[in-house]
Amino acid sequence: MSENKEYKVIGTRPIRHDGVDKVTGRAIYGADFQITGLLHGRVLRSPHAHAKIVSIDTSRAEALPGVKGIVTAQDLPAAEDKMADLGEGAVNLKYLCDNILASDKALYKGHAIAAVAATNPHIAGEACTLLDVEYEVLPPVLEVRQAMEPDAPILHDNIRTSSLGETGEKPSNVASHLQHKKGDIEKGFTEADVVIEREFVTGTVHQGYIEPHNATALYNPDGQLTVWCSTQGAFTVREQLAEILQYPISKIKVVPLEIGGGFGGKINVYIKPVAALLAKKTGKPVKVLMNRADVFEGTGPTPASYLTIKIGATNDGKITAAQTSLAFEAGAYPGSPVGAGAMCVFAPYNIENVLIDGYDVVVNKPKTAPYRAPGATNAAFGTETVIDELAETLNMDPLEIRLKNGAKEGDRRADGPVFPRIGFIETIEAAQEHPHYTSSNGKKHHGRGVASGFWFNIGLESSVTISVNPDGTVNLVEGSTDIGGTRASIAMQAAEVLGIPAESVNPTVVDTNSIGYTAVTGGSRTTYATGYAAYEAAQDVVKQMKARAAKLWDVDEDNIQFADGEFSSINGKEEQISFRDLSAKLSQTGGPVVGRATMNPAGAGGAFATHVVDVAVDEETGKVEILRYTATQDAGKAIHPSYVEGQIQGGVVQGIGWALNEEYIYNDEGEMTNASFLDYRMPTCLDLPMIDAVIVEVPNPGHPYGVRGVGEVPIVPPPAAIANAIYDAIGVRMTELPMSPDRILKALGKI
Amino acid sequence: MVRKLHVQTAINGETVEFLCEPRQSLLEVLRDELHLTGAKEGCNNGNCGACSVILDGRLVNSCLVLGVEIDGKSVETIEGVAEPEKLHPIQDAFLENAALQCGICTPGFIMSAKALLDKNPNPTEHEVRYWLAGNLCRCTGYDKIVRAVLDAASAT
Repeated sequence: MSENKEYKVIGTRPIRHDGVDKVTGRAIYGADFQITGLLHGRVLRSPHAHAKIVSIDTSRAEALPGVKGIVTAQDLPAAEDKMADLGEGAVNLKYLCDNILASDKALYKGHAIAAVAATNPHIAGEACTLLDVEYEVLPPVLEVRQAMEPDAPILHDNIRTSSLGETGEKPSNVASHLQHKKGDIEKGFTEADVVIEREFVTGTVHQGYIEPHNATALYNPDGQLTVWCSTQGAFTVREQLAEILQYPISKIKVVPLEIGGGFGGKINVYIKPVAALLAKKTGKPVKVLMNRADVFEGTGPTPASYLTIKIGATNDGKITAAQTSLAFEAGAYPGSPVGAGAMCVFAPYNIENVLIDGYDVVVNKPKTAPYRAPGATNAAFGTETVIDELAETLNMDPLEIRLKNGAKEGDRRADGPVFPRIGFIETIEAAQEHPHYTSSNGKKHHGRGVASGFWFNIGLESSVTISVNPDGTVNLVEGSTDIGGTRASIAMQAAEVLGIPAESVNPTVVDTNSIGYTAVTGGSRTTYATGYAAYEAAQDVVKQMKARAAKLWDVDEDNIQFADGEFSSINGKEEQISFRDLSAKLSQTGGPVVGRATMNPAGAGGAFATHVVDVAVDEETGKVEILRYTATQDAGKAIHPSYVEGQIQGGVVQGIGWALNEEYIYNDEGEMTNASFLDYRMPTCLDLPMIDAVIVEVPNPGHPYGVRGVGEVPIVPPPAAIANAIYDAIGVRMTELPMSPDRILKALGKI
Repeated sequence: MVRKLHVQTAINGETVEFLCEPRQSLLEVLRDELHLTGAKEGCNNGNCGACSVILDGRLVNSCLVLGVEIDGKSVETIEGVAEPEKLHPIQDAFLENAALQCGICTPGFIMSAKALLDKNPNPTEHEVRYWLAGNLCRCTGYDKIVRAVLDAASAT
């Protein structure tokens, strides 16, 4: 496990196993699925942000030729107000069901009200316009501070604030209040020579995956429900379907097809239960596809937030105290990522005195969903901007103040955990030494900014089986849907153990009937945890193959060793056989060899990143241009460096979009006015330079090859790094996201 | 029911006939009638480029073209880019450069890149970025895509 260990496969850059299918258009994504007798479903969505549903009359729609079935919330089993365990954490079942099809109230524009199955999608769409829904429109609550006002309109009559073990008496939009305390916050600020306190606001942003949600469902007369879809986790879809439909889990098979992006947004189900209801009602397979506006308005974005950050430091740059209040919009139902934000907000720094308050607040917007390090980007925008201001006030280099206070092994986070070996300091040092940071940046209206970020990563459950083929290749079966090259990164770990090339492992992602439970592709866990399972399954193969070699040579199993793809006997004789040759002798030595492993590893290790960005600000138009971007990140051990770089580059660019352009723009009625890719402007390649991804490798002690998850943390630093660069360029501190041209011009006093 | 129209066209060099409703887009025809699902729907209003195809030598968003408009014309789709036993250099370059993650935008990018390199075999980085600005990718940050297209240009 040493840092300098030579690997044969790990650290190389093989062509991904699913590559040819994906560059030839042959890979089958959710919407590509075809089946005989298919009907097409379409969902009617609420035009109002907040309204009581008085009545739904389906008679005109039913009369349209080609319409085969209509469902509403009446077709869902009556949901109890109880907590359902979905493996990823408990969720209130009533909220879960009401978000699929609204029962009594529409809580956001785009909230699903009813759905139609018809012989083609155009007829289903026409039928939706013939559904007569009577609403009683209510005033919407669209912003977290407004929602927290005592006289704000109430979304849910049953929500009482749950605060530190106490429950409030009156209905409130504040679903919960959490707190983390460390040390003595008052004492900490007294010890400080400089204290800076600022407020920050961030907008609602979407994951922006290019593939809309999709589902095809089929009910057989024997009660078997099959759902083909794209998802980050087939098993979590199965669990959600079982709870929402109150249907036995053993009668549900979820088949994950290729997935076109998710970033956290394809864990929750939306139209999958609707497709199932329509399939049951019509007796035919039903495909339901979202369009882009449905995706923006009907699926979970990541929350807008309001935060205050207060940090104190001594004149020599030692941070003595940090305090924050994080108020996150949960959307229509409780469950924002404020908890994760609270875990990450000050995590990069070893601070003795900390007080963190977090508030989960419902508003009339879509129920939020995870988005790449959910909560951490909002929080870091505040923290990393204030740290920049502290460095400036103390006349310190912004990387130096981070180096001085950066968390190391043994330091305790304010929310409890003690860091194992982590590589934060190494990412700062890599940034300091990078030619980008050592270059000059003195042009007028040009600025440089830095910021760091943390994400905790997760482990969770994974299962892998590996069967040995007679030609010395193996088939690897896994349950982790491949969203960005994980067939390769998982297969490579098995190949390393078996001493065979990456190309000799055939990885396949299978349905929920064909592999043991595997949690979502999320939390930066897949290469870590499913890769760990592949490592263990390969070890199981080696163990069984050793027994075969022992049988072949009639020696004791303990006398067989395996190294560099060769089995050999260690009892004096010169017997040796390659993995490939032994694979051809399995029939003679006892039959097939299938290795297996299930894992639930706890040592995901934390991920840290430090970014450097140069910008140019056009003071006439307010436009910010990214001139150069360097991202250093501790990957633990990069299994396939190209795909690690890809995660870093992709995360950075999502962060740039969040920083500069992206937000849900609402009118007073609570309608999103920019629900298209034209108006919700994600970065194009013309907006960007190359992104220099610098991989730092500080092995994670919780993985046999030292892997840390890499997917999420790269989105965390960009908004703060860019804000700090804008300040360097034009001398104005930006405290609201996105830092779009109009906000830049306002900050400059030009409009 | 809407009366369907007869269309005769050439797709990837093969003569193809189909019936379609006047309201059906070329993207819908390719995917639902002809089962050529390599072109993807990301937005259905011409903003993401995932449905890019080449129509009579010109790059188009197939979601913005009607199926009936291709009568007598010639369409190239992602399914026709590779030879039976050999990928196109752009496809090879995408694989070598790890220029895809989820892969949903990849067919569109490859068609756009092909349309560019067919016209301009030696583009600069800026020309590549300008030409590909109609294709959205949310996974890669574009770095490796731009490198792949530049590599493919130097390989051909």
